[in-house]
Parts: sequence; C-alpha cells; structure tokens
Amino acid sequence: MLPARLPQMPEVWRLESKPHKFCPGCGHGIVLKCLGEAVEELGLVDRTVFACDIGCSLLAWDFFNLDTVQTHHGRTLPVLAGLKRVRPELVVVAYMGDGGAYAIGAQHLVASAGRDDPVTVIVVNNTVYAMTGGQMAPTTLPEEKTETTPYGRRVEENGPSLRGPELVASIASPGAYVARGSVARVRQLKGFIKKGLRAQVEGGHLAFIEALSTCPTNWRTNARETWRFLEEKMHKHFPLGEYAPAQAVREEGGGAQPPRKS
Amino acid sequence: METKPIRGEQRAFMTGNEVIAWAALAAGAEVMYGYPITPQSEIMHYWARLAPRYGRRFLQTEDELAAGFTTLGAVLAGEVAFTATAGPGNVLMQEPLSMAEMMRLPAVVIIAQRGGPSTGTVIYSQQEFNLTCYGGNGEGLRIVYSPSHHQELFDYTLKAFHTAWKYRFPTFILGDGYQSKMREPVTLYDPAERGLEVAPSRPLVGVPGTPGRDRPPVHLRNTYNLEEELYEALQETIEAYDRAAPEIAEWEAYRAEDAEYLVVAHGVVARAAREGVRLLRDAGIRAGAFRPITLRPFPQKELREMASRAKTVLVMESSYGQLEREIRAQLYGLTVPLKGYRRPGVGITPEEVVREVQKYATRSAAPDA
Repeated sequence: MLPARLPQMPEVWRLESKPHKFCPGCGHGIVLKCLGEAVEELGLVDRTVFACDIGCSLLAWDFFNLDTVQTHHGRTLPVLAGLKRVRPELVVVAYMGDGGAYAIGAQHLVASAGRDDPVTVIVVNNTVYAMTGGQMAPTTLPEEKTETTPYGRRVEENGPSLRGPELVASIASPGAYVARGSVARVRQLKGFIKKGLRAQVEGGHLAFIEALSTCPTNWRTNARETWRFLEEKMHKHFPLGEYAPAQAVREEGGGAQPPRKS
Repeated sequence: METKPIRGEQRAFMTGNEVIAWAALAAGAEVMYGYPITPQSEIMHYWARLAPRYGRRFLQTEDELAAGFTTLGAVLAGEVAFTATAGPGNVLMQEPLSMAEMMRLPAVVIIAQRGGPSTGTVIYSQQEFNLTCYGGNGEGLRIVYSPSHHQELFDYTLKAFHTAWKYRFPTFILGDGYQSKMREPVTLYDPAERGLEVAPSRPLVGVPGTPGRDRPPVHLRNTYNLEEELYEALQETIEAYDRAAPEIAEWEAYRAEDAEYLVVAHGVVARAAREGVRLLRDAGIRAGAFRPITLRPFPQKELREMASRAKTVLVMESSYGQLEREIRAQLYGLTVPLKGYRRPGVGITPEEVVREVQKYATRSAAPDA
C-alpha cells in the first residue's frame, strides 16, 4: 500500500521501485528528479532510452518508467553511442559517476566529445568512488581524505582534482552543450539538463552536464557538514555554469589534404 | 540504393578477410563497429568501402572496448551488428562479451587469431581458444565456430548471424591470420536464394508505446543484489544454452569410422590432419580425423563414439595444450590413450601429421613395444 500522500515525484519515476535505494543524504535522487521532470516537460518519455553505469549510478537501473540498460563501469557512453547511430529518433541519456566518466571511461568520453556523439551525458560528481567504499576519484579535492588518501590527497603524488566540463569543452564541437550544476542549485541544474536534452534532440549534438553531488556516507559528514563541503569546497573548486565548447581550429590552406611542397 | 550485395552464385578468389566482409553483407548485417588490429583490419577496410553502397554503417572506435560496447548498443537497438578483432584486442573484447553473455545480446565477433601471449606475432596461432571459448568472468555461454577453409568462412559467418539471433548468445567466428590473409576460391551467395533461414533481429529497448502506461518499461541489468538472485538468473541462461547446444553443435569426420589413430584438430590445422590421414591411409595405416566445427558448444557425443573405437587419440594444435585440455575433459572416463602435439603459434603440415601418427602406429605394431 502506498501512503495517502505521496511526496512530489515526476510521473516518469517508477513507483514500484520507490523508495529508492540511495543512501540518506545522497544527491542522486535530486539529479534523477531533475532529469525525470526535464524528460517529462520536453515530452520525451516515449522515446528516451536511459543507461546507467556501474557504481552508485547502477542503482538507477529500475528507477524510471523508461527503457533502461545497465552497462559496465565506464562503458555507458559507447553503448549509447552505438545505439544512437542506428536509432537516431531515440533520445539517449548516459548516467554515470565521476570515476566512470573521468577514470576508467575517460577514453570513451574523449572519443564521444571528439565525434560530437548526440548523447546527453550526466555525470554525478561526489569526489569519491562511493559504491566501492570511498576511494580517491580523479575529482577528489586536494587534501581531501578518502580510503586511499587517508592523509589527504597530495597533489604532488596524485595530481590536482580533474575538472570534467572544462576538459570536455576544450575538445567539444561547436553546438555541443557543456555545463556544471549542483544539487544545491536545483532549478539551475534542471535547466542545464533540459538544455542538454534539447542539444541532442534539436541540434544532434553531445551534451555534457556534471552535477556536483553529496556523499555523506563516505565523506563521514552530518547534514550541515555535508552541505558545507558541497557549497563551500566543491562549488569553489568546480565553478558552476555553462562552458562554451572551444571552436574548431580553422586549418590554414583548407581541407584535410597534406600541404604540397612547392 | 542497392540492397542485395550478392545475386546468384559468384565465384571469387579472395582473402579470408574479404570473404568475411562479403558474408556479413550477405547476412544482412547493418553495422560494423571496429578497431584496427592485424591480422583482421582488412575486414574493416572492405566493410568501410562496401557498406555505404548498401546502406550499411561503420564506425572506427577508440579501442576494442568501445568497438564491443558500441556493437552491443546497436544490438540493443535491434540491428544485426558485428565487430572483428585479434590477440590483445580479443583480450579487451572479453569485457563487452561478458556483458553480452549476461544479458543475452546476440553480438557477432570475428576473431583472427595471432600469436600470443601479449602482442606475440601478427601472423598466426590457435592460442585464442581458451579466451574465445571461456573468456570473461563467466561460464562460456557463447557459440564459437572454427572454420577451416574460405568457403566455410563464408558459410559460417552467414550462419553466425542466424545462430546469434535465434538463440541470443554472443557468437564468434574463430579464424586465424593464415585464413585472414591467404586467397582461396570461394562461392559467394545470398542466403535467401539458397533458402537458408536467417533469424530476424528485434529491438530490446526503444520499443513502441509509452513505458509505464502502455507497457512495462524494459529494464535490463547485469548486476544482482544477492547470490540467489544471480544464481536463478544464470540458471535460466545455462538451461537455455544446454537446450540449444545439440541443435548448434557441428563436427566433421574424415575416415574416422574405423580409425585406429584418431587425429583431433580444428581450424586450418584440421586441413593438415585430413591430408595427413589420406597419406597415412595410402601407407596402410588406419588413421582418421575428427574436427569440432563448433568449439562451444562442443560435439561431445560424436567425438566420444569415434574415440572409443580408436587405439590412440592425437590432438594437434597451434597452441600449447588448449585444445588438448578440452578434449581430455570431453573424453573423460574413456581408456583410449590421448597424446598431444603442441606447436604454439606455428602452423602444422600434413607431413607432421604423418610423422606424429607413425610414431604411435610403429610403436603399437612392434611386438615388444
């Protein structure tokens, strides 16, 4: 039996799989709410295929009343890139964490951005590998403590924290959509996701939206500290907003033929 | 646009890689996603040239992982799709193929074996037997054809697409660099003109109707929460595989009915075995040859029957006991002595077959051996 008064949920959320399986305080629910509302408001429920990565994002495999494929860690983008090429009428959404996008699946992200694959990519960045118990991710902030950086991430050893949208924008084609939102700015995040869906549907371009998110379980933080880490530390290191794709470099002499010796 | 690549029977003299590209076209494959690696790259070259003429698609991906996973994406979308790889690429390909095994995705993969381990050689071996039959973190729930000449490369590539979609298991053509690169005569044909069955493809996601309203949403997963949950799901797949196995398994025997010395080999080595047996018979030695055409599922019953009548079974392979281990397992319980001839990464000639069989034949003929 469902309670008489349900919390406000997008219609496309699948009631049979609610309450969902994410930890209390996790940001995934907020991102998936934004995505659900965006898909509904754009009238795309009939033709959206949702695919989730491995990591906490795998828990979304039965989250929506949408055709859904769970893939492998880092491999969601190639699955959808292959699918979209043969069924361009479908709207495809790749949902993954920062480990899947920037570490094990980085080559696919670079290749998809380079090809301008018409896929809407949503990367939930909580600065850790959460499902596996809180190890360092490419996005872990300098000095941040994780299970594999118990004394804090040392930049000399592990490099600085990777900024995904900036990376993607630097190689994306004109027309691609790149943005970074946060679960602390819900309306803005939903707007980014909507624009990202439209970039695929109307423009046939890649859309890449990073959503800064929370992981109190692995951060070992209470509600106040969780929000403070997100809004003070993460927002500062990962600026919110839209990122214009770098324009394609104009080749002198024109065309792809090697220049002739005169 | 032309849709039928082959009309009537076409005699040709071409490389194995070219044969495979034509077979995939004739089978109605819509998509190839691939990544270059020797010795299979020309499959892509031919496909990339031919595909646009017949409205088919091609994408060169960033690596074999992507080649495999994009192929699975096309299969999920309901398209007949394939990829091709070799050696270290086959290693990477096991990740997507493991997902295909779990989710019953009928991807077709052409393997052109090269030397290993590691980068090995770019030329030839049969060392990808284990990997292709049992790779991935699973149970080898896949179909593996091992053709032995160019006509079979064509016939079984055609068949692989049919078998994959009929039974919904990932399906391999396990060739090798020799087959890829050499030219042989072959007859190309359209399967429909010969009345051959081609199982239809169908989309697994993105099907008509509003999910949650007109129909339940399709939710495909490969991760399970509990041991029992996985066990049950896997049990269903294993049962489906075991049910299909007798319909899929294929083999070929040459003068094996009354053979005292049974040579077991697959792929191109089976050609040497056949020729060796012919020469041995001419010399009065009762030799025979058995070739599994499907390595998975394995034609166990037929091999056991023939082996049980033989004095010696000799497994010959261009790998170090990979086939021999399989044959040992398939023949477990029989008392016939089993010998191996292991030449990892090197070809085997009919003369070697004659020489090896004669060792045992001479020995058993000598009164005090």
